[in-house]
Amino acid sequence: MTVKSTARARKKAAPGVPDTLRAKGTDAQPELVQLLTPEGERVEHPDYPLTTTPEELRALYRDLVLVRRFDGEATALQRQGELGLWASLLGQEAAQVGSGRAMRTGDYAFPTYREHGVAWCRDVDPLNLLGMFRGVNHGGWDPNEKNFHLYTIVIGSQTLHATGYAMGISKDGADDAVIAYFGDGASSQGDVNEAFTFASVYNAPVVFFCQNNQWAISEPTTNQTKIPLYRRASGFGFPGVRVDGNDVLACLAVTRWALDYARSGNGPVLIEAFTYRMGAHTTSDDPTRYRLAEETEAWKAKDPIARLKAHLEKEGLADEEFFASIDAESEQLGLRVREGVRSMPDPDPTLIFDHVYAEPHALVDEERAEYVEYAASFEAGENL
Amino acid sequence: MAGQLTIAKALNDALRKSLENDPKTVLMGEDIGKLGGVFRITDGLQKDFGDSRVIDTPLAESGIMGTAIGLALRGYRPVVEIQFDGFVYPAFDQIVTQLAKMHARALGHVKLPITVRIPYGGGIGAVEHHSESHEAYFAHTAGLRVVTPSGAHDAHWMLRQAIASDDPVIFLEPKRRYWDKGEVGDAADLGLHDARIVRPGTDATLIAYGPMVKVCLEAAAAAEEDGRRLEVVDMRSLSPVDFATLEESVKRTGRAVVVHEAPVFLGMGAELAARLTERCFYHLEAPVLRVGGYYAPYPPSRVEEAFLPDLDRVLDAVDRALAY
Ligand SMILES: Cc1ncc(C[n+]2csc(CCOP(=O)(O)OP(=O)(O)O)c2C)c(N)n1
Repeated sequence: MTVKSTARARKKAAPGVPDTLRAKGTDAQPELVQLLTPEGERVEHPDYPLTTTPEELRALYRDLVLVRRFDGEATALQRQGELGLWASLLGQEAAQVGSGRAMRTGDYAFPTYREHGVAWCRDVDPLNLLGMFRGVNHGGWDPNEKNFHLYTIVIGSQTLHATGYAMGISKDGADDAVIAYFGDGASSQGDVNEAFTFASVYNAPVVFFCQNNQWAISEPTTNQTKIPLYRRASGFGFPGVRVDGNDVLACLAVTRWALDYARSGNGPVLIEAFTYRMGAHTTSDDPTRYRLAEETEAWKAKDPIARLKAHLEKEGLADEEFFASIDAESEQLGLRVREGVRSMPDPDPTLIFDHVYAEPHALVDEERAEYVEYAASFEAGENL
Repeated sequence: MAGQLTIAKALNDALRKSLENDPKTVLMGEDIGKLGGVFRITDGLQKDFGDSRVIDTPLAESGIMGTAIGLALRGYRPVVEIQFDGFVYPAFDQIVTQLAKMHARALGHVKLPITVRIPYGGGIGAVEHHSESHEAYFAHTAGLRVVTPSGAHDAHWMLRQAIASDDPVIFLEPKRRYWDKGEVGDAADLGLHDARIVRPGTDATLIAYGPMVKVCLEAAAAAEEDGRRLEVVDMRSLSPVDFATLEESVKRTGRAVVVHEAPVFLGMGAELAARLTERCFYHLEAPVLRVGGYYAPYPPSRVEEAFLPDLDRVLDAVDRALAY
């Protein structure tokens, strides 16, 4: 018998996977919570009811438009050489605004590097977000001022910080909750899985908010997982929900539910916001190398802003004057961001030595003095 | 508390005092609760302070470190126990990319008063990954403070000072000295980052820290029989280094030998030799010499004595220094 035929015989005899255990794949028809269809029709979901006033809907629309505008402005500023890099949130506005607006004042957000829309909802000055990308600092704002932590570049790290912070909330007996943002790529990291374990065993009030934008730079979600991501939660012993990430109302309702669930002592929740990164991963990426234009086109039809606008128009909840006023505000924001970035000064080089430690450190002090003396020697003309 | 204590008991008492003094202090680690840690350093603390102050964690070092950072951001003062030196590497990412840098990234707006206790070093006949000296990795990273006591008094007071510090401190515990006894005084007599001249001498300076201080003291005692008076300096702090004390000693004796367990190549000794050469050049009678581990993985325990610096290797180096 040849080797080949043995292999064939074995293959035939191998037991099949029972249908119930067969992975559905990550891009099988997703079981999404949806409250607003891509055509702008309001639908109900039995588990996540949401009542909204016309003012609230208009406010969400305003958020979406301004966040997109801010993001577009930053992309343009990168192209003009004002920023070294930009990670655009284009397409993910609903996931961020919906979840961001679900938070209460005392809640705390731990972002990755793309959560400009969440920062907006936390009332963080948009200019703060640009310092890092311009290269004038590595973060730069006071996270406790608006309960919005610094951006985190190392994939998944912040999910542990969020969990630890949530453990502290439990210890304090406080009524707050935490939300940790990460991507589908990050879900493969050990830290994210360790965060799930800690959050679960300590019942920490943390909501893990995974924006599955289908790609981790060039790698599709199928490179990270064989089951839909929200189902990971069940293995750790907490609920997981998949929500239409382009539906701001569904993101709002599900996140609000999850935060309340967590703050009531039930432990964590995983939300997978099923969405799409319409632009490049960052301004240095070239998505045409790894994904098809048709895919992007198909997602365009699910645009989060267009569908809310369609709804507002259909239901007569906003008139031309409203849309015009948002456009005007958007222009003003663009101007403010543009001028703000251009007039952002380079830091004094002694920034290098600032805040390395909270308390004095002999080596840092010595090297600072060395640098200051060296720099002064140029001014004095000694080194000419 | 005063009196003769083992280093282990001195550390236990320091943790107890720190838990008593500040309700925000929490201990975290594997097996630190009922068991009291594999070295019993946290013995009895969970019983007295409860399992929300003395937290048995899942077995995930990055998880321990990362959640400690989160707790610190919430206003807690976590003291993390890593079970053995070789198991800190899964937490290394959180330590160097997050813990060390967050204060600077936030332009000083947040503080991370976290102490990471790590039993380190060899000489106890352990299996793989239980005997390593990784101090250079941590000392190389700005934003961390790195200290290591060599006796009971310093173990007690340096740990209390480390926990009180608003910076992250890597606190290396010389595990083979855990059971050595020493007098613990009722106050810290030195700052956390001061070196200590533990034996005065005139002919050469032996510079050591943690587990090697005892070896150097033995070497100095043996050398005295040959009429050589060696000074022994316990560095105590590896970042920052108390160069003033080291320089003063080396300028006086004209010769220096640095002794540590970690491999010599790119170890603490390399930094000390370079700086002391720069600063004491005209006082030196010989190059600064180094005695340490070889550039090889920490060996199986049956041959670890060949790897670890001992009295004879130290004295050989002293002979070489004196021969210049
Ligand atoms: C630990 C680590 N590995 C690699 C990188 C480089 N990197 C930056 S973003 C990224 C992809 C992340 O994808 P995902 O988590 O899906 O988030 P997305 O960017 O799509 O929002 C990679 C590999 C990194 N920042 N950190």
